[in-house]
Amino acid sequence: MSMAGTSFSLAEHLPALQVVIPLMAAPVAVLIRRNTPAWSLAAVITWICLAIAITLLNRVLDTGTISYALGGWAAPWGIEYRIDRIGAFMLVIVSAIGAVVVPYARASVAREISPDRQYLFYAMYLLCLAGLLGIAITGDAFNLFVFLEISSLSSYVLISLARDRRSLTAAYRYLIMGTIGATFYIIGVGLMYMMTGTLNMADLAQRIPAIAETRTVLVALGFLVVGISLKLALFPLHAWLPNAYAFAPSAVTVFLASTATKIAIYVLLRVLFTIFGKADVIHVEDIGAVLMVLAVVAMFVASTVAIFQDNVKRLLAFSSVAQVGYIILGISLVSQTGVAAGIIHVFNHALMKGALFMAVGCVFLRTGSMSVSAFAGLGRRMPVTMAAFVVGGLSLIGVPATVGFVSKWYLIQAALEAGLWPLAVLILLSSLLAVIYVWKVVEVAYFQEPPSFRHDLREAPLSMTVPMWLLAGGCIYFGLDAETTFGIAHDAAGSLLGVLP
Amino acid sequence: MSPEIAILLAVALPLVGAIGVVMAGPWPNLRETVTLAVGAATLAVVAQIAPAVMAGGRPAVTVFEMLPGLTIAFKVEPLGMIFALIASFLWIVTTIYAIGYMRGHHEENQTRFYAFFAVAISSALGIAFAGNMVTLFLFYEVLTISTFPLVTHHGSDEARKSGRIYLGILLGTSVCFQLLAIIWTWTLTGTLDFTDGGILEGKASAGVIGVLLALYVFGIGKAAVMPFHRWLPAAMVAPTPVSALLHAVAVVKAGVFTVLKVTVYIFGIDFLRDLGSSEWLQYMAAGTIVIASLVAMTKDNLKARLAYSTISQLSYIVLGAMLVNSWGVIGGGMHIAMHAFAKITLFFCAGAILVASHKTEISQMGGLGRAMPLTMGAFLIGSLSLVGLPPLGGLWSKWYLALGALEAHQLVLVGVLMLSSLLNVAYLVPIPIRGFFAEPPPAGDAHDEHHAHATDGIQEAPLACLIAIAITVAGCVILFFYPESLFDLMRQVAPIP
Repeated sequence: MSMAGTSFSLAEHLPALQVVIPLMAAPVAVLIRRNTPAWSLAAVITWICLAIAITLLNRVLDTGTISYALGGWAAPWGIEYRIDRIGAFMLVIVSAIGAVVVPYARASVAREISPDRQYLFYAMYLLCLAGLLGIAITGDAFNLFVFLEISSLSSYVLISLARDRRSLTAAYRYLIMGTIGATFYIIGVGLMYMMTGTLNMADLAQRIPAIAETRTVLVALGFLVVGISLKLALFPLHAWLPNAYAFAPSAVTVFLASTATKIAIYVLLRVLFTIFGKADVIHVEDIGAVLMVLAVVAMFVASTVAIFQDNVKRLLAFSSVAQVGYIILGISLVSQTGVAAGIIHVFNHALMKGALFMAVGCVFLRTGSMSVSAFAGLGRRMPVTMAAFVVGGLSLIGVPATVGFVSKWYLIQAALEAGLWPLAVLILLSSLLAVIYVWKVVEVAYFQEPPSFRHDLREAPLSMTVPMWLLAGGCIYFGLDAETTFGIAHDAAGSLLGVLP
Repeated sequence: MSPEIAILLAVALPLVGAIGVVMAGPWPNLRETVTLAVGAATLAVVAQIAPAVMAGGRPAVTVFEMLPGLTIAFKVEPLGMIFALIASFLWIVTTIYAIGYMRGHHEENQTRFYAFFAVAISSALGIAFAGNMVTLFLFYEVLTISTFPLVTHHGSDEARKSGRIYLGILLGTSVCFQLLAIIWTWTLTGTLDFTDGGILEGKASAGVIGVLLALYVFGIGKAAVMPFHRWLPAAMVAPTPVSALLHAVAVVKAGVFTVLKVTVYIFGIDFLRDLGSSEWLQYMAAGTIVIASLVAMTKDNLKARLAYSTISQLSYIVLGAMLVNSWGVIGGGMHIAMHAFAKITLFFCAGAILVASHKTEISQMGGLGRAMPLTMGAFLIGSLSLVGLPPLGGLWSKWYLALGALEAHQLVLVGVLMLSSLLNVAYLVPIPIRGFFAEPPPAGDAHDEHHAHATDGIQEAPLACLIAIAITVAGCVILFFYPESLFDLMRQVAPIP
């Protein structure tokens, strides 16, 4: 990736700009100290990020992996930004959610965060976005840790910004668990550095196989997998997630639920398939089998717990733990279809959970409550919001013509291809649990009368319903026309597994 | 209009109608006009496709590719043609009936009712015309979900409870069994297109085929084979037009239609006959026929009795499919039409009785024939058609089903069909008989005078209801005299050796 002649081409530096723009915009938002301009800045920046991400994805699909030397320092010494199919796909997912949430956040944040702190929300939001994008783009294991910390620290702040004081304990708990996870990760990276003398992922991949059986590398692998599993909320390391999602401001929940755990899943894919791929640890060390068992348990236990939740945000949070189970299950099958099913569910779940949490945010805006009983009568009073909730809920269940169906289809196909038909049955059975916890809310919304003292209940503002329906519409659109998304996921899985270049 | 465009229009028109209904919501007369107009247009479009199919054509259209190799595509073959014609024709008749019923019974939320009704018809037509199993499954699930608001129309606790059973069984069976079977088929064969002679031959062992067939038959919960039948009685909480069109025709027929379609075009009847995988399912269907009839006899609520009667009659068609020979399939296909006209008549009558006299229990209906002679007369005709007496259409399908059972050397099943006819007589015919000949029940001393007055005069349901009943009764008779085109269509599906 040499510079063409002496001319400075902006297009060549898009990988750096992808991260630098939101990173630089965050302190600007602090300096502005005013809420509306900070919001406008965030809106502009996030949509620019989305445009860059889409450009990069197209470029990767056209010409293959992009390697970019940060600051002109070549790879082994400098930091390499390396964008392959999966990385570019993650960039699009994160920046798309990031762009859609900002317009939504305006009204929601105004309601849920005190006015003197709202500009801080937008600053932290941009910082968090920069961190998540950085994780997806970097090809350096240590640099990834830096971005992981940037995104994590800013998300602790984002969660604690809520007026509800319980958000402080939730954020604190997340802080502890998240820090343990990040520390485990950096211990793993340190051990690998000790053995190989490099932090570049591509170089690590070359050198690991020769020493894969050494105790040090195995310990490194253990630290990495456990640390990342904490961040992605794999059962039983999910304990931080429900309260963090439940008590965070609605816009934060939407953003984190759709991006933060997803990016951690991406890191897991990187470690298992890029860094340790050639050593085939997932088979040799039975990591696949462990992940599979945990994933199945997550699907059933978390879904069952979700059924008994009264706080709808907590309900959806437990559902997220279960959905992470589906993704990990696909990955644990270590076939191209299985990993592709996991990757496509990362995208699909971001869409549906985003839409669902946005709907809950709209309800909170109008009713001031997140309990199931607050949904009474909203089928009539907030028909647009509840319709989006139903679409998102049907996606969770996996009804045809929604994205959930596509995910389920490939997950089951992968299980059957692997000859594991009992697994296919378990997947289908657990998806029935989603029927119960979704319908629990839907029934209250459509069958109960709103409380008589709430005559003033009305639909949420357009600034919230339009982003919500962008995601809900995406649930239907990409459920019907899944060729593009599945094509990308399938190829990304192929290159992760070394089947494709 | 080319058949391809007609196919797309047939599925799209009711959806447009649903939007029109919502927009015309505030003006009931306009709203019902929209429904009727869209219904007429849909029927016209569906009828346009028929000549090409009867001539042996198979108009097909691919809408788009959902996933690599999996398309949303339509392909009209004779079985689907029959189902589509019945559904779109009876939609108009039911709309006429519903206008009388919904207004006469002062139902609320009528706009929602007509709108979801239209969506349900659209998905029924999508099922009828589906060119592959994914498309069929898509519309199958849309049909389940779009009928949920219709089943729970009253919004009462009872409606909510029934809605749970309805959704739970239909979604549960389709997700756990049917979807598994579909994806399994896909991994085995790499295609899900409906193909003459089936797609599974030589792709899997006999054991796997047997499991797959069971997954399909029980996974198609809409066919209500026991023990997955409970949703149908639960759905009776819906307003009568819903029970009539959806739970005697569109939804349940979508189920048995899918069973027939899977048997003929996914497995292939010759292939299944050679394997013998379907024999135990014949007995499951026969068991459902007898047991559901026996349960029907114990029900005093008229709609509940009709629901169990429907469960029993649906298994005729499942039995026809599981006999895996041409006569059985022809009989099953014809029974879709015969049962549709007969059972919708019975439901129309049940609704008419409810609107005119507010009676739901059979034991209250003694002497009702004097107040409602037309309704009770129609009920008698519908019952006799179900029994299979000439000159009514029900005779033919039973005839061919019995032929199919003989062909399969299953004398026991012939016996089951005969026994079931007797049971039909036992649980249906007494209702009109008592209506005409029994004394009205004593309605409490205080009301004696009033009651005597009421039974003196004719007190029929609204005219719109009577018109609809007249049309479906005529259908039962016409199908006896002119079954040829139906037979010819079915002969294309299952050629007679």
